[in-house]
Amino acid sequence: METSRHWRLRQQRYALVGEVCPSCEQRIFPPRDLCPDCGEEARELYQFSGRGEVYSFTTVYQAPAGFEQEAPYPMAMVRLEEGPLVTAQLTDLGDRAVQIGMPVEMVTRKLRSDGERGMLVYGYKFRPLLNARS
Amino acid sequence: MANPIAEGIYIVGVGMTPVGEHWETSLRHLALEAIQAARAEAGGLRPQLIYVANMLAPALSGQSHLGTLVADFAGLRGAEAMTVEAAGASGGAALRQAYLALRSGEAEAALVVGVEKLTDKGSSEVESALATAKDADYESVHGLTDTAQAALWMRRYLHEHGAPADALAGFSLTAHRNAVTNSHAMYRRAIEAEDYRKAAMVSEPLNLYDAAPLADGAAAVLLVRGDRLPPRLPHQPTRIAGSAMSTAALALHDQIDPLWMPAAAESTRRALQQAGLQPEEVQLFELHDRFSVQAALALEAAGFAARGQGWELAQNGAIALQGRLPVTTFGGSKARGDAGGATGLYQVAEAVLQLQGRAGENQVFGARVALVQCLGGAGGTAATHVLVQESKTGE
Repeated sequence: METSRHWRLRQQRYALVGEVCPSCEQRIFPPRDLCPDCGEEARELYQFSGRGEVYSFTTVYQAPAGFEQEAPYPMAMVRLEEGPLVTAQLTDLGDRAVQIGMPVEMVTRKLRSDGERGMLVYGYKFRPLLNARS
Repeated sequence: MANPIAEGIYIVGVGMTPVGEHWETSLRHLALEAIQAARAEAGGLRPQLIYVANMLAPALSGQSHLGTLVADFAGLRGAEAMTVEAAGASGGAALRQAYLALRSGEAEAALVVGVEKLTDKGSSEVESALATAKDADYESVHGLTDTAQAALWMRRYLHEHGAPADALAGFSLTAHRNAVTNSHAMYRRAIEAEDYRKAAMVSEPLNLYDAAPLADGAAAVLLVRGDRLPPRLPHQPTRIAGSAMSTAALALHDQIDPLWMPAAAESTRRALQQAGLQPEEVQLFELHDRFSVQAALALEAAGFAARGQGWELAQNGAIALQGRLPVTTFGGSKARGDAGGATGLYQVAEAVLQLQGRAGENQVFGARVALVQCLGGAGGTAATHVLVQESKTGE
């Protein structure tokens, strides 16, 4: 079931909470307590805006166990406006064609389900930015 | 002054099973077959130390503790033995550990065997097992697979460097051509540019020919310290002139620039420096082409092409057997087949066949210096070795 494993990541998964380095002000996601840029301790929490743009994208057809029901699903790397790059699924695309550079925003969705009676894992996905300025 | 021969570490035997779907052969039998072949080349030499390179046996075969399993099954009980795991770089990492152990003086002869059994399970189980080498909390939990990640990587590469849609085709064409005459290859058939263009999409823009097939296999390499070389070896031993391993971010999204592989660059630089060689002196490069985009990035990281230009070497014949820098000379992961943790040992064994003049129709003529690089994950681990064939006078 791994309940604790997902529970302890709730701030990251549901709210995109990362860290900010007190020394060099680098915004860090996922949180790692040590700044990847300057190596200093960085434990100050930082709330990301959730906005960013598509860095790259594809579609998963051959899904791993736990995701078979969702396939095919769109997968992307998103460059957050504060700097970090994250991997996540795209959602709410409708019939929109995805492009590199497309503005997107974070939403909370179901990531996976472990069978009919298993746990549902929720987390961030990204959808096209509503009211996007072109 | 230390004796340079005594200080050197030499490869005195190699063995490989064909890569493929070995329905009738178990993990331990595959390992045994490769080990026996490697030991036979060194007069049955008995190693004191065994490193087993493996990536997925705990997940796919319910089997860990492979060091003892293999030592026991191969008639080598008593030897020191353990598993080395570094995802797809396990083979190179295990060779590196054996090299270090021999250099330490604690052992005189070491066996490195890579073995992988991937075809006992269905594809979603294999995808899940492969995904354990990613960041479980921030990559795999989103349903990311190895193949999808390579597609993300490839799209960005083509986009950022303004490369055409078929820019990476040359890597697959070269690999398939070289595998035709390789008796241990999985796909012994050539493909044409047209086949690549018409190939089924796996995860756009990545097609069937951009991804290596995963299958079963085992490859073994026997190493001996220079001052303990057995007399009357059938083949002139090959020296490991450089050995280095380096890490980068685990997750692709955490790389400072996902289109630059710092671990590959750093381990290549250090291995060549140890060997006292410049990149121009490398005569063949067994790079790790699990996905075609990795081949381009490996050429760039090693300094054989400028950033964003690695794909061009696959367009102009430079990487063919007769080219300036032959790569994947026996078909690479793409056509020989990728056997997970065993892949790094296939690469080394193939480079040894080249340097010892035993490559048959795949021979790169006059090759005396080979670079061999094994990658784990999205370039998170790189193990790079320089192999050198010395002249018979030992100069």
